[in-house]
Amino acid sequence: MALIKYLPIDPGIKFLRFRTAFFAISTALILASVALFATLGLNFGVDFRGGTLIEVKIQDTTNISQLRDRLSGLGLGEITLQEFGNPQDILINVERQSGGTDAEEFNAIEPVKEALGDLVVEYRRTETVGPTVGEELKQAGLLATLLALLGIAVYIWFRFEWQFSLAALVALAHDIIATIGFFAITQIEFNLSTLAAVLTIAGYSINDTVVIFDRVRETLRRYKKLPLGDVLDQAINRTLSRTILTSVTTLLALFALLVFGGENIRGLTLGLIWGVAIGTYSSVGLAVPLLSLMKLRRSTLDDEEKPTADAASETG
Amino acid sequence: MVQFPRWQVIFVLVVLVLGAVYAAPNLFSRSFTDSLPDWMPHNQINLGLDLQGGSYLLIAVDLAGVKKDQLEDLEDGVRQAFKQNSIGYRQLGLYGSGVGFTLLDPGQLDLARRVVRELAPEAELDIDDDTQFRIAFSDQAERDRTTSIINQTIEIIRRRVDETGTREPAIQRHGDDRILVQLPGVDNPDRIKELLTSTAALSFNFVDETASTTGRVPAGSELLPAADGTGQSYVVKKRDIIKGESLTDAQPTFQDGQSVVSFTFDTIGGKRFGDATTNNVGRLFAIVLDGQVISAPVIREPILGGSGVISGNFTVQSAQDLALLLRAGALPADLEYLEERSVGPGLGADSIRAGKIAAILGLVFVIAFMGVSYGLFGAMADVALAANLILITAVLSGLQATLTLPGIAGIVLTIGMAVDANVLIFERIREEIKINKRGPVTAIDAGYRRAMTTIIDSNVTTLIAAVLLFQFGTGPIKGFAVTLAIGLVTSMFSAIMLTRLFIVTWLRRRRPQTLSL
Repeated sequence: MALIKYLPIDPGIKFLRFRTAFFAISTALILASVALFATLGLNFGVDFRGGTLIEVKIQDTTNISQLRDRLSGLGLGEITLQEFGNPQDILINVERQSGGTDAEEFNAIEPVKEALGDLVVEYRRTETVGPTVGEELKQAGLLATLLALLGIAVYIWFRFEWQFSLAALVALAHDIIATIGFFAITQIEFNLSTLAAVLTIAGYSINDTVVIFDRVRETLRRYKKLPLGDVLDQAINRTLSRTILTSVTTLLALFALLVFGGENIRGLTLGLIWGVAIGTYSSVGLAVPLLSLMKLRRSTLDDEEKPTADAASETG
Repeated sequence: MVQFPRWQVIFVLVVLVLGAVYAAPNLFSRSFTDSLPDWMPHNQINLGLDLQGGSYLLIAVDLAGVKKDQLEDLEDGVRQAFKQNSIGYRQLGLYGSGVGFTLLDPGQLDLARRVVRELAPEAELDIDDDTQFRIAFSDQAERDRTTSIINQTIEIIRRRVDETGTREPAIQRHGDDRILVQLPGVDNPDRIKELLTSTAALSFNFVDETASTTGRVPAGSELLPAADGTGQSYVVKKRDIIKGESLTDAQPTFQDGQSVVSFTFDTIGGKRFGDATTNNVGRLFAIVLDGQVISAPVIREPILGGSGVISGNFTVQSAQDLALLLRAGALPADLEYLEERSVGPGLGADSIRAGKIAAILGLVFVIAFMGVSYGLFGAMADVALAANLILITAVLSGLQATLTLPGIAGIVLTIGMAVDANVLIFERIREEIKINKRGPVTAIDAGYRRAMTTIIDSNVTTLIAAVLLFQFGTGPIKGFAVTLAIGLVTSMFSAIMLTRLFIVTWLRRRRPQTLSL
């Protein structure tokens, strides 16, 4: 059994012909994401906004509204409750205290625990982040993201040409912005784990892009006379089966994680699934077509591999 | 690429055997692996607090407060010493990061300088016009002091945590002025949290019986509230008879059915306490803890044995806690909590179970998909994938890297991405057969050769992202980056070396005329 036989080596799709449509889609996606971020904003988790998060298991005879009754009127600002996976698991979110000091944040836990009293069977998780650390985590996260982008861009510049580096960087920024948009529209909690997801998307997406770029470089060296558009189309087509297969295996693993991995990493997994999809699209639909807008100097690429005899006799 | 020198075969086998040996301890129970001899690998994967349950506490040390206290003490010291030596001064006070004053009589310059030197030998002294004094501490002195305060704080926190019986706590400095405390197995840290930040500065002072608690407090005395919360207060002499540092032991015990704390002084402390009580029979003295009066008994007779009891409104628990704090010693600085994360054992166990199921199913899905897609070649990639998981387990166990919940997600993601290198190679081989019409051996050779740069480029870029995540990320992100990076390296090994060894061996044995791809 080797079903791969039925997948054509080179489906010969003229991707570049849809260049304008791809650019339009990507522009719309970015604008929509920015608009969503500006209007809805991100649902920051306790890591970034500060405050307290408590996950409890409650008695079978208890329900969420009883908890809500007990917690209203504590004077701790807004306290939101939500079911977490099943009706007996409740997530309690205490907003950041108004005073702005770290001590105040930690003083909020005890009254909540006292008020809940015997309704709670088990405290599964308590997280309190004071304003000092919340602000630091936000800045460290932003710094990590920017440095990851920069590091990747420098590596590609070093290995390819600046045009490739620029195209990859645009595609990468596109993926990250679109993912922020995804978290804004779904209002999935954005915390340290989801930030890790965003950064992994950067890694995955660039992986995809580099595979096609590698093929572009190779094709440029081999077929000196082939117009750039055809070179790019051929590179996408020849790597298309790999692009599809790898996305499928990655998504298979991620779906297993989504369904069976538990409530705590659901946000992270959803972000990754979206990111894999968008990263795959952007490699084909954005990064490579962007190259067609720039003048690639073939001479500088022509340093190592000389075209072989059989390669010269082929036609793309 | 289709040649496989003997040393490479040996290398692959050695890596696999080492991987199996280092991963093996995870199959057995902790008690069994602990009984293994030292030369055998016996480390299991180190689970993060989010998986095994426990508490993570980030604490800020109030260094600014310590510095202010230090300067105020110096100011007080100067005032008292100048009074004793009849040195005239004005404008004594704190200026920026130092203490300053103006000497009234320049003739007393040498005397004043000598007094100040004695009070603060390590301080820098600036004198202008023979009268303008400024005493400050150098940056180096400040840094040394900071380090010593942090180290002392860590030591005292460690003693306190040890006293509570927590197993394998990790207490370390975090940045300039922070301490990170990790307590495995402690899912409700409320009591420990209170214990850790109590300053526990104990002193014995005489009560100023001449002053009233409502009137003006005389110089050298201060008004302190009672610890029992009754609103009562005492005027207490500032000068300590004796301080907590002189204690050698403190234990909770009972006296007349009441919970009390018994204490023992060291020899010098015991003698000083004995002298003070001998000369002041009938007077009241206060036992002061962190600025509150625990009790203020009358000295009925000299206390000469160097030991005694503190009674107050103690419960069994609070007597135990006070004894613990007194044994561990007083903190040199105020502490404040910045971040707390506690996970109960139930959630940790659930997370591990869910992670295991997701990893196994993800693995099954990918294995099935690769088998269906590539047949025999897919099966070879599948074996390499399984080996890859064993290697990840081995590296995590061997390096004792911490596996967190996002780390499990990283492993599952790696399972999906690990076959990428093989897919790249197989697709390249397919092209060589279909387009370049090559035979099996040359197609495989060319396929590997061509795919190699792509594999390296794409993995290095992802590795860059992982390394930066590790460097700048915190907590869960670090855990994720670790498994992602380990997975990238091991998957490159298993795809490039292991699958290739399978294919090359198969080519030699079977000598196929065509490849079914």
